[in-house]
Amino acid sequence: MKDFILPDDRDMGTPARSGALVTLTVDGIEVSVPEGTSIMRAAAEAGIKVPKLCATDSIEAFGSCRLCVVQIEGRRGTPASCTTPVAAGMVVHTQSDHVRKVRKGVMELYISDHPLDCLTCSANGDCELQDMAGAVGLRDVRYQSGRNHYDASGHGVLAQGDARARAASTTARSGVAGDLGNPLFIPKDNSNPYFTYDPSKCIVCSRCVRACEEVQGTFALTIEGRGFDSRVSAGMAGDDFLTSDCVSCGACVQACPTATLQEKSIAELGTPTRSVITTCAYCGVGCQFKAEMNGDRLVRMVPWKHGKANRGHSCVKGRFAYGYATHKDRILNPMIRDSIDEPWREVSWDQALSFAADKMLGLQQKYGQKSIGVITSSRCTNEETYLVQKLARAVFMNNNTDTCARVCHSPTGYGLGQAFGTSAGTQDFDSVEHTDVAIIIGANPTDGHPVFASRLKKRLRQGAKLIVIDPRRIDMVKSAHIEAAHHLPLKPGTNVAVVTSLAHVIVTEGLMDEAFIRERCDWDEFQHYAEFVSDPRHSPEATELMTGVPAAELRAAARLYATGGNAAIYYGLGVTEHSQGSTTVMGIANLSMLTGNIGRPGVGVNPLRGQNNVQGSCDMGSFPHELPGYRHVKLPEVRAVFEAAWGVPIDPEPGLRIPNMLDAAVDGTFKGLYCQGEDILQSDPDTHHVAAGLAAMECVIVHDLFLNETANYAHVFLPGSSFLEKDGTFTNAERRINRVRKVMAPLNGYGDWEITQLLANAMLKEMGGATWTYTHPSQIMDEIAATTPSFAGVDYALLEEKGSVQWPCNEDHPEGTPLMHVDGFVRGKGRFIVTEYVATDERSGPRFPLLLTTGRILSQYNVGAQTRRTENTAWHAEDLLEIHPHDAENRGVNEGDWVKLASRAGETTLRATITDRVSPGVVYTTFHHPDTQANVITTDFSDWATNCPEYKVTAVQVSPSNGPTDWQESYAAQAEQSRRILPAAE
Amino acid sequence: MSPEKMVHMANQIATFFKTQPGDNAPERVAGHLRDFWEPRMRDQLRRYVDEGGTGLDQIAIEAVKRI
Ligand code: SF4
Ligand code: SF4
Ligand code: SF4
Ligand code: FES
Repeated sequence: MKDFILPDDRDMGTPARSGALVTLTVDGIEVSVPEGTSIMRAAAEAGIKVPKLCATDSIEAFGSCRLCVVQIEGRRGTPASCTTPVAAGMVVHTQSDHVRKVRKGVMELYISDHPLDCLTCSANGDCELQDMAGAVGLRDVRYQSGRNHYDASGHGVLAQGDARARAASTTARSGVAGDLGNPLFIPKDNSNPYFTYDPSKCIVCSRCVRACEEVQGTFALTIEGRGFDSRVSAGMAGDDFLTSDCVSCGACVQACPTATLQEKSIAELGTPTRSVITTCAYCGVGCQFKAEMNGDRLVRMVPWKHGKANRGHSCVKGRFAYGYATHKDRILNPMIRDSIDEPWREVSWDQALSFAADKMLGLQQKYGQKSIGVITSSRCTNEETYLVQKLARAVFMNNNTDTCARVCHSPTGYGLGQAFGTSAGTQDFDSVEHTDVAIIIGANPTDGHPVFASRLKKRLRQGAKLIVIDPRRIDMVKSAHIEAAHHLPLKPGTNVAVVTSLAHVIVTEGLMDEAFIRERCDWDEFQHYAEFVSDPRHSPEATELMTGVPAAELRAAARLYATGGNAAIYYGLGVTEHSQGSTTVMGIANLSMLTGNIGRPGVGVNPLRGQNNVQGSCDMGSFPHELPGYRHVKLPEVRAVFEAAWGVPIDPEPGLRIPNMLDAAVDGTFKGLYCQGEDILQSDPDTHHVAAGLAAMECVIVHDLFLNETANYAHVFLPGSSFLEKDGTFTNAERRINRVRKVMAPLNGYGDWEITQLLANAMLKEMGGATWTYTHPSQIMDEIAATTPSFAGVDYALLEEKGSVQWPCNEDHPEGTPLMHVDGFVRGKGRFIVTEYVATDERSGPRFPLLLTTGRILSQYNVGAQTRRTENTAWHAEDLLEIHPHDAENRGVNEGDWVKLASRAGETTLRATITDRVSPGVVYTTFHHPDTQANVITTDFSDWATNCPEYKVTAVQVSPSNGPTDWQESYAAQAEQSRRILPAAE
Repeated sequence: MSPEKMVHMANQIATFFKTQPGDNAPERVAGHLRDFWEPRMRDQLRRYVDEGGTGLDQIAIEAVKRI
């Protein structure tokens, strides 16, 4: 397979600058660089490598190692090239007898305190210290027997001071007894599941400390001790990496020039020999990575510095949590069974596909054309999703297609579509670098969208202001070196009231941008809206009691948003997953139009998408009412495009949404489902109802990596491929189409797009129709481009050339569109929509006095099917219920107790943790573990416009408990029964 | 789907459009139902209205006559 050719991937030493160009000469070569650029970077631009240890281009220069010294004509001494900025006409010499001598001396000092075990070191060949020793021509070391930090005897020994405490605790854990050898020796810290810290190899360059601060923004590392005794330390004395504040993003590991901080996989598998650029398959940030390979084994994932969403950073999931792809639970053979009480039978692909095709066609004959449908996956590629909805429309001949975006961002599609005319975020992630005020509403980016959180935190440290609107005190409210200007801790379910109140303040205090509104929006609608929001019943004072948000705080937040410069809103599922989810999205759009915060860098409305390809799966026509590109199936001119391309008539009526499919199944009119890469039994609300719907179907085809919970009700299992095993594209939250590249052959035999095609063809053969003949996903993208105007200019050649593009990409925008609505809204005039608050019918009362809200945490991802099968469980082995100390005390609940969580839909048990992160009256949990069954509790209430479930508000009661509920026990037993597999007969 | 759930969903839609300016709320509710409700859901709602439409918002009932 052909690898993607990397653009310039060299370490330029210091970060890039922008600005007017300055010309200088380095070693006789003239080079022009932006002012503020370091001499080191200018030299690199000219193709000259200056030796360096403490500098790397992901962090600001520090100037501590003095290996990078140069001489400058007309200046005295030997300045460090990493910290000295260029000047016009400067003449620099990077090599001279004098600088060579200085560098050699520096290297000698470093090497004298470094074990000389290069031949057996796991970083051999991948160590900058080793490279630099070569580069400066070091041939002997004069300080051999001086003090050092290593333990030549190989025995652990106790160190001094703080280091002693840490060493003692590490020794206790590692079981290596210390003796009193070298007092400076500190044992290796193996506590993090993915990387090791070996202090004896540390050269104290601080690159790790600065990466943790500047790139990740966690400030978990410090240099402990002084002078020669100093070493890197995670957290307080006694902490190791696992117990410290470290979030395992790996930025420090990537920055470390030696083997001190190193991936365990390198020690195990050796250094990589080739790399392929691809895209993370977890969240909607869409980080790009270099998948570094050794043969066809993945050795490590390194965030790619040219990735336009992540700019060289990542979180623990994308960088480290890929082990699920080769986990023993992964199913590699197709399986079938006649009834869900039977064990699975492994069969050939042909058998499984003809079994599935017969069943689905039989159901249509018996129960009608509309009795079967599909669920597309927001984890699969655009090309795969496109094929699954095409399967419904062109082979099943109905519009029964939906996607898991139904349960997350469908209100974004509806709300932004109504207000602006397009169902997508307005900015790129780089935009945050120009933001002066950010509102985060209903999102928890440090956990859900970690790389975006790091980028935002960086901007906050530069002085931007933050407003957090969330029932919980999320980490963004206050953490190392950042603090929100305002936290509005609203009661779950009152988003619309709060957003409308913000607008009330802006309008009644005259803070709106009238010129923008007159020019860009429908003025009549604005006047209706202004009259509506000005009503005193929307004032913060009037809504305070209902929302729980202090009026003065809300007023101050509104003023800051309206007058603080470039203001951007970032939001998540805490906005959408409500009965008024779509209304809140419209309210957010109103705020941005009121203040003219749309159409330029630094502003906008930015939905943070949960899964990697939520944006793409919506773009690809997964919803039952619209064809690819968000065009309603009722429009004859749109149907005509696809009818011509596919050679079949298209149903003009909308199909069933996921909850409607389940309702229809219970009613007996929906009988067959092809579900790709989703686990609706665990992820969708009201588990009892989902289970009843699935149980009522006669053919459920699950296409997945694992026997997920939904598969307990399935009759056909088609093994899926991981993102490492196929080509395609994902579209991230900024509409960026990123390439996914195959780095190894599919373990199950086929890419997922091939499997959908095989299923379609198995049916088409029986129907006598023309079969599909795609041989590469690029052909599917060509079909998407030919049928969908916003993708008209996209093809794989363009993606190779540009790395990625943001749609719309067409004749008007041949290189894509980083910012939307720059000169006008897609729909013409922006629409202000009246947003009347309607309290949800899900209310707390005497039986269920608390409100449950749900979310996720950094180390786990959604239903956890992937992350639970990685060592990320070191951080989150189970779902916990967060409860306020008052509510816990009233109920006699102590930290770690088992509690019963009950709602009108059902009950489950889990363990409690007591925290004032949640307000009194609110409890919170995650839904990463199937045994918890958090969705047994959630109800069937949903957003009025889209049926997006109201996950974020459920009235519950919490009481002490001593173990799992009957449902949990019987479910566990049934799941075990259902997962039995009979191997194929030989 | 259960009648209670259907009534709840239809009333939610009616409640939204009732708050919008203009006097065409029933038509807009009908438009929403045509655009997003699958025909068998609309049939069920129509039958329910024929049988009296208990619990349905008046705007929703008006809307159903238009779908
Ligand atoms: S892994 Fe990330 S959070 Fe942890 S110490 Fe390194 S840079 Fe900091
Ligand atoms: S751990 Fe690595 S990056 Fe950090 S100070 Fe030591 S050598 Fe430098
Ligand atoms: S999970 Fe999200 S933030 Fe983390 S590496 Fe993947 S795309 Fe980036
Ligand atoms: S690289 Fe410049 S001082 Fe270390």
